[in-house]
Amino acid sequence: MEQALRDKIVQQISDVQKDAILMAEMNRDFFTLLVKKDSLHGVVRILKDNPDFGFSFLTTLCGLHYPEQKDELGIMMQLHNLEKNLRIRIKSFFPKNQATLPTFTDIYKSANWMERETFDFFGIQFSGHPNLKRILNVEDMIIHPLLKEYPLEDQVRLDKNDTMFGR
Amino acid sequence: MKLEAPYTMAQTPQGMEGPGFFATTLDQAIGLARKNSLWPLPFATSCCGIEFMATMGAHYDLARFGSERLSFSPRQADLLMVMGTIAKKMGPVLRQVYEQMAEPKWVLSVGACASSGGIFDTYSVLQGIDRIIPVDVYVPGCPPRPEQIIDGVLRIQDLVQNESSRRRNSPEYKAMLAEYGME
Repeated sequence: MEQALRDKIVQQISDVQKDAILMAEMNRDFFTLLVKKDSLHGVVRILKDNPDFGFSFLTTLCGLHYPEQKDELGIMMQLHNLEKNLRIRIKSFFPKNQATLPTFTDIYKSANWMERETFDFFGIQFSGHPNLKRILNVEDMIIHPLLKEYPLEDQVRLDKNDTMFGR
Repeated sequence: MKLEAPYTMAQTPQGMEGPGFFATTLDQAIGLARKNSLWPLPFATSCCGIEFMATMGAHYDLARFGSERLSFSPRQADLLMVMGTIAKKMGPVLRQVYEQMAEPKWVLSVGACASSGGIFDTYSVLQGIDRIIPVDVYVPGCPPRPEQIIDGVLRIQDLVQNESSRRRNSPEYKAMLAEYGME
């Protein structure tokens, strides 16, 4: 993405929502915005609806968990302008007890299943989502398995003796 | 050309033999018939299923043992062959397939994943199908060779041949099903 367009994106967003962007950088060849949680929905709206940007396609949306951070949970989205083949990544972090975001399904219909997946694996709530329930895991699962406090391994195996594996 | 060993058809059970007749117990006769006409239901989810395809193919040819007729309806099947990783979300489906099979029925668990979860020791994978359905024979391997799958079927055949016709009504069998929450 050209420098001019990057500056324009940052400028336009700052015009509407001051202090929304905490950081804007090129991550290798990928333009990445770190956005305040409360501004996230508005930023995505601008990136899609403003004809200068035209990020009409939501490539991916997923959760992040960095237990060592103060704002340990986060989400990451990648948007794509299919006409000009431009891509942008947006990240936002928030503490675990404030893991509720407004839904993006009103901007991108495809966010529906991605938000369900993010809820399923990270327990992040999306207020206003039409059908926020587990999508990939069994419905009676009680944990959100990609949070780091849960071990990857199923805890029912009896044949894995730690003394034999040196753990 | 002379055959080294005498060629025999199915192994005959113990009984009285004479010119033009053969007498044995009803259990043995039924066991003999069942054993050599098993209809397997292949429940193949991953690489063990590919090995099973080789097992059914011309080279290994499971048809030699009377199992050439695969049944894709559980209601007609005698032998449930579970081959591959069973995710926890697949568990209820597998259980329903088992429950839809008519008695008498047998289960062959093929490969490490179906038998114990295998390398997939993770929150989303069922750690062995014997957590939800009873299993008669386990075939180890990751994936097992077709010879091993055939050996598993032969062990199932041994069970079928020697099973008492009253076993499925026995209190032990009912207690075993009750452990799995079935009746």
